[in-house]
Amino acid sequence: MNRIDQRFATLKAQGRTALIPYLTAGDPAPQYTVGFMHALVEAGADIIELGVPFSDPMADGPVIQKACERALKHGTRLAHLFAMVREFREQDTDTPVVLMGYLNPIERMGYEAFADQAQAAGVDGVLTVDMPPEEADEFGPVLKARGLQSIFLVAPTTSDARAGTISAHGEGYLYYVSLKGVTGAATLNVDEIDAHLAPLRKLSDLPLCVGFGIRDGATAAAVGKVAEGVIVGSVLVGQIAACVDDPAAIAPRLKDILGEMRQALDA
Amino acid sequence: MTKFSDLTRMPDARGHFGAYGGRFVSETLSFALEELEETYMALRDDPDFQAEFDHDLAHYVGRPSPLYHAERWSRELGGAQIWLKREDLNHTGAHKVNNTIGQALLAKKSGKPRVIAETGAGQHGVATATVAARLGLECAIYMGAEDVERQKLNVYRMQLLGATVIPVESGSRTLKDAMNEALRDWVTNVDNTFYIIGTVAGPHPYPMLVRDFNAVAGREAREQSLKQIGRLPDALIACVGGGSNALGLFYPFVEDEDVAMYGVEAGGDGVETGRHAAPLTGNAPRGVLHGNRTYLMSDEGGQVSDTHSISAGLDYPGVGPEHALWKDVGRVNYVAANDKEVLEAFRELTHVEGIMPALESAHALAYAKVLAPTMRPDQHIVINLSGRGDKDILTVAKLDGIEI
Repeated sequence: MNRIDQRFATLKAQGRTALIPYLTAGDPAPQYTVGFMHALVEAGADIIELGVPFSDPMADGPVIQKACERALKHGTRLAHLFAMVREFREQDTDTPVVLMGYLNPIERMGYEAFADQAQAAGVDGVLTVDMPPEEADEFGPVLKARGLQSIFLVAPTTSDARAGTISAHGEGYLYYVSLKGVTGAATLNVDEIDAHLAPLRKLSDLPLCVGFGIRDGATAAAVGKVAEGVIVGSVLVGQIAACVDDPAAIAPRLKDILGEMRQALDA
Repeated sequence: MTKFSDLTRMPDARGHFGAYGGRFVSETLSFALEELEETYMALRDDPDFQAEFDHDLAHYVGRPSPLYHAERWSRELGGAQIWLKREDLNHTGAHKVNNTIGQALLAKKSGKPRVIAETGAGQHGVATATVAARLGLECAIYMGAEDVERQKLNVYRMQLLGATVIPVESGSRTLKDAMNEALRDWVTNVDNTFYIIGTVAGPHPYPMLVRDFNAVAGREAREQSLKQIGRLPDALIACVGGGSNALGLFYPFVEDEDVAMYGVEAGGDGVETGRHAAPLTGNAPRGVLHGNRTYLMSDEGGQVSDTHSISAGLDYPGVGPEHALWKDVGRVNYVAANDKEVLEAFRELTHVEGIMPALESAHALAYAKVLAPTMRPDQHIVINLSGRGDKDILTVAKLDGIEI
């Protein structure tokens, strides 16, 4: 069984909500990323989404755009991400890792080469922001053949018909983007999310995880009541931005923020 | 093997031009694109919609634009006869308005009160601000900070028209970054905002509908050639950034196999220097950006390359997906003109014919200088003079060391 499925099965048995942090790999510099990943797991992360830096992150707000710029300044590439995941796996063979990013770096490497290396490194899932299932005819089977799961986004604007298509292609979990907008935007309406998730549950058996707009323990707990998982990105990446000149301070801050969310979710 | 007659039937139902095009977007935008596709497909062959479009083109844009025989320049070049399709004479001074008129009609049908656009040279921004003013729509234009600097006149022009111009500081601060930012705006405000994309790129259905709206220039040029030359021309030339004016001219001639076509990309300092914006001529790899698969300048890690061109309107690392297909099947010859050749052509047409071309359009003229002398005086070339050069006066003056 894939690590992602295994993790959700365990969480379900425990009656707990998945806490899924996102970090852009190579931010503020490549040598820190693996340490951050371990810190996140210590603070209660169930799955880690590792962002692949891209020059043109069209669906991301300024916080993650700048993270991409910092990572790219150090030349962070897919090859480095694979090395990071390999190193992470030396100590942690349980926590699922999902690569999240845009299609062009993968296209340039080639689907098969990408999938071979991702599998060998110990990656569990791939979320390609600008690749909806309709365009994944070729890529999807390449991933599947190597036991890598394709994670897809669902939006408030997704029609029932599309949600059906996405559920049919999706694996691991559905990533529900709780706001219209780019990552890191401000407000969040839990009732609205709940109303949108209800029809999805009829269409899909996949765990529903909500991302975009989760900032602290309170918002995490509120969303955790209506979803199987909460995804937190910009608020963590914002901490890295605040500490670029003092990288030693980053891991403790990440642990504080994520730890508070873990406590709030488990309370 | 794709037959040329197949090319007129592209894209397929999912917006693919062979291996190119498609709809590579974040899920948040899928609904808006499906809605736009549905609206457009319902109206595309609707006689009332066509009539409204044609009426606006005639009475607001001033179409048809003339096909002008540049006799003196033809003589100087000493070869083929040069004919200029005068898109520079359109209202707002470029071909861009053909598309914004069409998309404004779609925006009106959608009932959305706000339009946004990206712009490079500012011509598409001006054309969008113009139709927004006419329809009383709120309008925001995203423009790379570097382009805001080099196209000051158009920035103020947009502001006079009532648009908000938002300088984009991220990335290379040019057209691609403006498009990123416009897409981010659209993702955020998709409920009340219609995105007027300015070129034949972006996610399906944009490459198709922008082509369709621009094809009026090619249809006119075909008819005018038959009437004024007495037959079809031997060759067509147009500049290619995203490629909307080129597709507009070429598309109605696609099945005329005896008509050669030349798409002229921005060679910048020279394609061999790497400082250019010529993905087709420079043999860039396939890639995915801004919602479509195409040829895309990127490094080995798949990061999109910075581009260079004297003309802000061509300073883009990708190209419309239909051009990528046309390169593969060999229907169009893609070539490049470098900045120096472009400036020479700009000055030459201004001096010899009293027509000041946009620096973008001067790329097509620069290639005419290469092609025409290899042809006979009884042969004919039609060039899309896609825009006028008033907006570039400050750029050229600066190169001449003149402060205005």
